[in-house]
Amino acid sequence: MTSKQKDKIWTGILYVVSIFVVILLLILIGLIFYKGRNALNLSFLFGNPKVAEAGGGIAPMFFNSFYMLIVSLFITIPLGVGAGIFLAEYAKEGRLTDIIRLCIETLASLPSIVVGLFGLLVFVKMTGWGFSVLAGAMAIALINFPSLTRVSEDAIRSASANVKEGSLGLGATTWQTIAKLIIPIAMPQILTGVILASGRIFGESAALLFTAGMSAPPLNFDSISLAARSSPFSLFRPAETLSVYIWKLNSEGMVPDASDIANKASAVLVMMVLLFNVSSRMLGKKIHDKYSGEN
Amino acid sequence: MENKKFITKLKNEYLGRTYAFACGLFIIILTLSIIFFIFTKGIATFTKDGVSLAEFLFSTVWKPEGSPKSFGALIFIAGSTLVSVGAVILSAPISVALAIFMHYISPKFGSKVLQPALELFVGIPSVVYGWLGFSILLPMLKAGFGGIGFSLLAGIIVLSVMILPTIASISADAVKVVPANYMEASYGLGATRWQTISKVIVPAAKGGILTGVVLGLARAFGEAMAVQMVIGNSIKLADGLYSSTSTLTSILAMDMGNTATGSTWNDALWSMALLLLIISFIFILIIRVIGKRGE
Amino acid sequence: MEIIETKDLNLYYGENHALKNVNLNVKKNSVTALIGPSGCGKSTFLRTINRMNDLISNVKITGNIYYEGKDVYSEYDVIDLRKNIGMVFQRPNPFPMSIYDNIAYGPRIHGIKDKRKLDEIVERSLKGAVLWDEVKDRLKKSALGLSGGQQQRLCIARTLAVEPQVILMDEPTSALDPISTLKIEELMDVLKKQYTVIIVTHNMQQAGRIADETAFFLVGEIVESGKTEDLFYKPRDKRTEDYITGRFG
Repeated sequence: MTSKQKDKIWTGILYVVSIFVVILLLILIGLIFYKGRNALNLSFLFGNPKVAEAGGGIAPMFFNSFYMLIVSLFITIPLGVGAGIFLAEYAKEGRLTDIIRLCIETLASLPSIVVGLFGLLVFVKMTGWGFSVLAGAMAIALINFPSLTRVSEDAIRSASANVKEGSLGLGATTWQTIAKLIIPIAMPQILTGVILASGRIFGESAALLFTAGMSAPPLNFDSISLAARSSPFSLFRPAETLSVYIWKLNSEGMVPDASDIANKASAVLVMMVLLFNVSSRMLGKKIHDKYSGEN
Repeated sequence: MENKKFITKLKNEYLGRTYAFACGLFIIILTLSIIFFIFTKGIATFTKDGVSLAEFLFSTVWKPEGSPKSFGALIFIAGSTLVSVGAVILSAPISVALAIFMHYISPKFGSKVLQPALELFVGIPSVVYGWLGFSILLPMLKAGFGGIGFSLLAGIIVLSVMILPTIASISADAVKVVPANYMEASYGLGATRWQTISKVIVPAAKGGILTGVVLGLARAFGEAMAVQMVIGNSIKLADGLYSSTSTLTSILAMDMGNTATGSTWNDALWSMALLLLIISFIFILIIRVIGKRGE
Repeated sequence: MEIIETKDLNLYYGENHALKNVNLNVKKNSVTALIGPSGCGKSTFLRTINRMNDLISNVKITGNIYYEGKDVYSEYDVIDLRKNIGMVFQRPNPFPMSIYDNIAYGPRIHGIKDKRKLDEIVERSLKGAVLWDEVKDRLKKSALGLSGGQQQRLCIARTLAVEPQVILMDEPTSALDPISTLKIEELMDVLKKQYTVIIVTHNMQQAGRIADETAFFLVGEIVESGKTEDLFYKPRDKRTEDYITGRFG
C-alpha cells in the first residue's frame, strides 16, 4: 500500500468517526426529546407527583432545582469571585499560592458523590439540619467553587490589563481599582461562566442524594417563611430536585408510569441545560463583539 | 484626623483586601476539612471496628450482614477499575481521532459542528445518560446478547460516551499547539498528511493527550449515577464483559442511605469514600508528573 | 530644594542594575525631557518617582527620591503621592466608560461625591487638556469612541482632575499621528504654567521643541543634563554629542 493510499484511507476513517459522533449526538438528543415529547403539558410541569397512580407531575422537583440553583449561587459567587480577586490581584508567587492552586485542583477533581458524602457528614448531620435545601446548596457550591474561581480569575486578569495602571496612577488603592473598575468590566465574562455553571448545577444529582435528600414535600406557595417545612422558600426542608427524582423513579419506580415520567422529566432537564448553554454562548458572543468592535 | 484617615483606608483597601485574602485562605481550609472528615470517618473501619486493611482491599467477600460479617471491597474496586479502563479504551481512540479531525482535516466542520456537539454532550446530566442507558441501551443489549442487559459492558458504553468530550477537548488543545515548524519540516520532506499526523503531530502532543486520557479515566472512576443505573449492582466480581457487577460509586449511592451510622457496614462504606478520595489524589499526581515530564 | 530631586538613585531588577547613581533636580513649572536610546532606563526612572515600580516584584531601590523635600518612600503614603504626581502612559488607556465618568473617576476615588463639584472638575480638566470643545456635547458617550489623539488628551484631562503638582508623561505621543502629537506638544506650554512636567521621549526633536531642561540617559545613568539648548548645541560629553547628531539610537 502506498503512503498516498494510506493517507486517503485514514482520512476517510477520521471522517467516518467524526460524522458518527455527530450523528450519535443527534440521535441521543432526538431520543430524549422524542420520548419526552409530552412533557410540555401544564399538568406535568405544574402538577404534584402522585402516589401509586399514574399522571403525576414534577412541579415541586422543578421548583427545587431552581431554588437550589439560586441558593447555591448566592454562596458560590461571593466566594468564587473573592478567590478569583485574590489569585489575580493579591497573591504573590510563592509557596502559599502554589498550595492554594493545588487545593483548587484537588477540589475540582473530587467525584461529586464524595462531595455529597462530605455534605452528609457536615451539612446534614453535624449541623443538625437534616436533609435540606441549604445542605444541598452548600454541596453544590463546593462542586462549583473551583470552576467559578478560575472563571473569575481569568476575567479579572483580562479586564485589569489595560486599566489597572491608569487607575493606580490616579491614586486609587488596589481594592478601589478592583471594586470600581475591574469587576464591572469583568462582570459580563464572569456572568457567562455563571450561566454555564448553572446548566451543570441544574443537572447535578450525586451530590444531592444525601444532602438535599430524596423527598419533596408538597409546597404551599402562600407561605414565604424561610424555615417552615411546607414553605417553598424554607432553607431547611428536604428538596428532591428533578435529576434526583429521575434517579429515584428508576431505582424505586413506585408509580405505574415511572418510565414515562422519567422520559418527560429527562426532556425537561436537558431542555433547561440547553437553554443555559445557549444563553451563556449568546452572552459570550455579545461581550466578544463589544470589545472587538470598540477597539 | 488620624482616625478619619484610617477609616477611609479601611473602606478603600483593608476591608476588601481582607475579604480577598479570606477567600483565598478559605480554599485551603475547605480542602483540608474535606480530607480530614472523610479520613477520620474512613479509617474507623480499621481502627474502631477492627477490620483488616488487607481484607478490605483484597477480599471479594462482601457480607456486611452475614455471619460471619465480611467487608472485602475488592468486588467494587475491580468493578470501578474495569468499567473505567474499559470506557477509556473505547473512548480514547475516538476522542483523539476527533481532535485530529477538528484541527487538521476539516477545521471549519470542527469548529462549527464538532465543538458545539461536544459541548452539548458535556451538558447532558449524568442521570439522563443513565436513564438513556437503562431505557435504550439495555433492551438493545438484551436483544443482542440475551440475559438481563445490566452489565459491565453497558457501564463501559455509557461511560465512554460521557468521557468522550473530556478526552477530545484536551487532546484537541494538545494537538493544536504543536509548533508549525514540525509540520513544515515533515511536509518539506515529502510526507503525506497522514504520515505527518501519525509520526510527528501525535507524538509531539503525547503529553497533552495522555493528560486528557487520565482526566477521562478519573472522571469515569468518579461517576456514580449513570453507572449505577446500568451496571446491575450485583455483589459479585464481573466474570465477563456481559456480567453484572458493582462499583465503588454505585454501592455508595445505593447503600449509604440504608445503613445505620456507626455500624461497621456504614464505616466500611466511608472507607470506600476515602478510597475514592485517595484515588483522585493519585490521578492529580499522575497528571502533574505527566506535565513535568512534558517540560 | 527643587520640587523633585533624586540622590544616588539605584534600581535593580533582580540581578540587572537598571539605574545607576541617578542624580536629577527638576525645577517647578518647567518641562523636563528625558531622552536616550530605548532600554536605557528613562521609563524605569520615571516610574520610580510615583512609585509605579512598587507593582513589580523583585525590584530593589537604593538612594532617595524627594518630592517637595520629603522622601517619596519613607515620608509619603503612596496614595497621596500619586494624587500629587500624576502619570500619562504611552498608549492611551481610557477606561471603558463615558468621557464624564473617566474624568470623574479620580475625584470620586478620593471622596468627592457632590455632582456640581464633579461637573465643575470635569469641565475644568477637559479645558485644561484642550479637549472640552470637542467633547462637551457628548460627555456621556463612551470614551472608547474617541480618536487616539483625543483619547490621550482625555487621559491627560483625567490626570488633571485629581489636581496634581507634577505630571509624568511616558512617551505620550509615540502612538499618535503627527497632528495629535502637535496638539499635545502645544499643550505643554500651557500645562507648565500650572504644573511641572517630566516627559520621556525617544524623539529628540520633540524634546528640542517643548522642553526647558533635558537629561540624556544612557545604559541606566544620566550622562548629561541641563538646559535643552545647552545639551543640544553645546553638549559637554562626547556620547551626548554622538546621540544628538544621530550616530546611534
